[in-house]
Amino acid sequence: MKITTARRLAQVFFFALFVWLGLAAAVGTSWGQWRGWPIAWFLQLDPLVAVGTVLTTHSLHPGLVWGLGMIAVTILFGRVFCGFICPFGALHQFVGWLVRRAGRFKDRIAANAYRPAQVVKYYLLIALLAAAAGNLLLHLVHASRAAPVLALAATAAVVLALLGLTLCRIGAGSRRRLVVGAALLAVWAGLAAAIAPGLPIIATLQTGLLDPIPLLHRSFNLALLPVATQGFEPWLPAGRVYAGAGLIGAVFLSALLLNLAVPRFFCRFVCPTGALLGVLGRGTLWTIGQTGAKCTECALCDVDCEGACTPMGPIRVSECLMCMNCLDNCPTVMPLAYRPRPSPGGEVTGHGITRRGFVAAAAAGLAVAPLARVGALTGTAWSPGLIRPPGAVAEEEFLTRCLKCDACIRVCPTNVLQPAGLAHGWEALWTPVLDNRIGTSGCQLHCIACGHACPTGAIRPLTLAERHGTGDFEPNGPVRIGLAFVDRGRCLPWAMQRPCIVCEENCPVTPKAIYVSEVYETVRDGTRTITAATGATLRIDGPALAPGHVATGDYICRLGGETAGRRIIANTADSLTVDAAHAWQEPPAEGAVLDVQVRLQRPVVDPARCIGCGVCEHECPVNGLRAIRITADNETRSASHSVLLKTNA
Amino acid sequence: MNPADSQPPPPSAVPPPSRREFLRRTLEAGVALAATGSLGAWLWNRHPPGDFNRAASAALLPDFSVRDGGRSMSIITGQNRPAMLRRGLEAMGGIERFVRRGDRVMLKVNAAFATPAILGATSNPELVAELAHLCLAAGAAAVLVTDNPINDPESCFNLCGLAPAVRAAGAELIVPRASDFVSGTLPGGQLIRNWPVLTGPFHGVTKLIGIAPVKHHNRAGASMTMKNWYGLLGGRRNQFHQDINGIIVELAMMVRPTFVVLDGTTSMMTNGPTGGSLADLKATNTLVVSTDPVAADALGATLLDRTWRDLPYLGRAAECALGTADFESLRPERAAV
Repeated sequence: MKITTARRLAQVFFFALFVWLGLAAAVGTSWGQWRGWPIAWFLQLDPLVAVGTVLTTHSLHPGLVWGLGMIAVTILFGRVFCGFICPFGALHQFVGWLVRRAGRFKDRIAANAYRPAQVVKYYLLIALLAAAAGNLLLHLVHASRAAPVLALAATAAVVLALLGLTLCRIGAGSRRRLVVGAALLAVWAGLAAAIAPGLPIIATLQTGLLDPIPLLHRSFNLALLPVATQGFEPWLPAGRVYAGAGLIGAVFLSALLLNLAVPRFFCRFVCPTGALLGVLGRGTLWTIGQTGAKCTECALCDVDCEGACTPMGPIRVSECLMCMNCLDNCPTVMPLAYRPRPSPGGEVTGHGITRRGFVAAAAAGLAVAPLARVGALTGTAWSPGLIRPPGAVAEEEFLTRCLKCDACIRVCPTNVLQPAGLAHGWEALWTPVLDNRIGTSGCQLHCIACGHACPTGAIRPLTLAERHGTGDFEPNGPVRIGLAFVDRGRCLPWAMQRPCIVCEENCPVTPKAIYVSEVYETVRDGTRTITAATGATLRIDGPALAPGHVATGDYICRLGGETAGRRIIANTADSLTVDAAHAWQEPPAEGAVLDVQVRLQRPVVDPARCIGCGVCEHECPVNGLRAIRITADNETRSASHSVLLKTNA
Repeated sequence: MNPADSQPPPPSAVPPPSRREFLRRTLEAGVALAATGSLGAWLWNRHPPGDFNRAASAALLPDFSVRDGGRSMSIITGQNRPAMLRRGLEAMGGIERFVRRGDRVMLKVNAAFATPAILGATSNPELVAELAHLCLAAGAAAVLVTDNPINDPESCFNLCGLAPAVRAAGAELIVPRASDFVSGTLPGGQLIRNWPVLTGPFHGVTKLIGIAPVKHHNRAGASMTMKNWYGLLGGRRNQFHQDINGIIVELAMMVRPTFVVLDGTTSMMTNGPTGGSLADLKATNTLVVSTDPVAADALGATLLDRTWRDLPYLGRAAECALGTADFESLRPERAAV
């Protein structure tokens, strides 16, 4: 089998696997739904996910060890991930092939020539990782305070080593190295002395904006699949709703359509994961290269080169996407091969990164998190509408873990989880947030799917016991994601004398977090004078009543001086009839005054019981701006958002 | 391109159009104008869009009742739901009295909430499975089970145990789709007017059986067999809470079941209709089979320590001749299992 055939088979397989895992990422009990399917596998395999979260959290989340494996493969064999595995890469390659399959060789060689702008992806990577690394650097600075002796010893060792290298004249420019090294140490010491300890987290994980695996997950799950399910409802689950999916889809389509301008535009110019692999794979053991056998310089190897890595000239190892087309195209005997030794034709192992570019990208990246935090969206100006799913960690840490892959949003059985727009700050773009108006039913009490779908621990995988606060978790109480507030200006029984309490009916906790306060209120024009009374029926004066209007079972009439009213069971325009079993012993006198009153049960929220699930908000019949709404107040994940006075009682 | 090429040629170099060329162009323009004009005439609509109350009214549900003058109620005490059901049906003349060979039977369960069966907020899966078995044994061509739950439908049917129980019993679970709801108007109804009703799954159905638990309900007083029909409504049905008694009566007008099963083996005494704790339940050890939902619910009220007079919809339904709240007048057969 030709190596390119094997590559195509692998691409088709992994793309199909990606689609399958995307389809299977739905809570349910059938074999085609999420049971044992490793729905986060591609995310775990993505090395940028591992590197990014290690920088922000200083720990490797279980499962992301797959990413380390991929790094090892890259060091040994080059960017196998890009050429053989990445489903987004396969999509780009397919679109590029579709566009250029019949093009002239001359044009295809031009399209696949190396462009200096391919360095942009490295700068994007540097900026994204610098944004993620802010805390690690701060950590290192503070480490010198925490362990001054160790820091001094390390400093002395580095200085001595540099001095030794300089004095023995080992390596070119060793004096310059000494100066730069000493300067960096001085900056470090200065920062350690100047920066106050106990600064908040100043790292943010934004790699997911451009990382192809989260990007493809997001686009497939939130934009492509819902469109497909609208058209193919009998075969696919019913349509789902995602706020702002248009932008997600537009980013995806733009990335695809850019292949019309330059083949694998995204891979060559944008992809930060590819850039990371390019850096890791610059000295790869196995590499494509010339063998030294006679080359006729026919340039056929350049015709279909996916990575624009110039296999005919000195090959650019970091740009090579391992598409293997050059090996397949090469018409002569073995001038090109994939083997564990450098090419005699020469290799370009650099990436085109300039020192200036590096410093600029790193500085820009480092500035991202501190600049974002000036707005204090993780502090005093926190967004009360940002209701995170149960198990989500505190917001500052959440922003260092969430990939915006939206796996949680995909598996949410009720569709209440939505990708955040820009309303909660651009750092939170496309992260999961509850919108209780959308979906089938708020956040269900007996569901813990989102935390188990999260590949990075931004949402902790809760057990039902922990979510409910039962068993070992009894002292903690249930996990609260917010608190319901009744808007008394919009609530039907509070504002408009209409019975309702749908919120109370649907409150799923026990005892209910919504209880009712019962009152009887005189309705509009409800105070009437009796003009005649016969048995249980009273004739009254005043404006005509709509027949049956006050006979729904919710209305009573109460004579002046009576403590309890009597239920009205029928009415005409000018008469009321009460339940015969509860009628007056003596018919009331003509001229007596009565009040027609409605029985209202008004919802009241008990903040000690409410978990913020939002079922009440979802069910509220005031359809636009709901009359009972959740805000993230009192959420468990943030002590500073608590509302209630804590007592030991 | 040579800059000179972009200069227009001198006028004398342009030949005048030939007669043939002139006729061809005129014809093309004429056809294009005629096509545009006729398309415009064809699409011309003098009526402005939008009649907010366009009357779309499909037929709702047929009458599924079997009127043969037989006994209309049995009250069985015990704890074994399947055995109580069998005994209750036996007292009514057997399932064969209601389900004939070839019938397509719909079981309207209460699957409103995504809670485990043991919490009693939904129809008991064992009971539903037994009823499905009995219908199939009586020769039913198919037994269907449906509800339009409040919580996420898939989650509800799976978590409350109805989905696996129903499938194991050989019945078909129908999780409603948007297209299953058809806008309809109840003749004589004040509330169910141009309202989406779950009628799609009823295509070809010849018998309808309601199975509901006995539950406390703060707004309606109690949720039993009549309130269970709420699950046939679609749309923003929560608005009907503003006249809860009115909607329950209209539902009883709309739905004439073959019979109903009211399961008061345990009753939800507090915190209904969602429940959520075993502390909300009480063993009331009663199961009712009745062709009269009003009578069944009137008895159910007593399990919740109330009477039919506490539930205005029962009195109103009786007034509308939908059944009797005085269930003793039906001379129900009583038995213990």
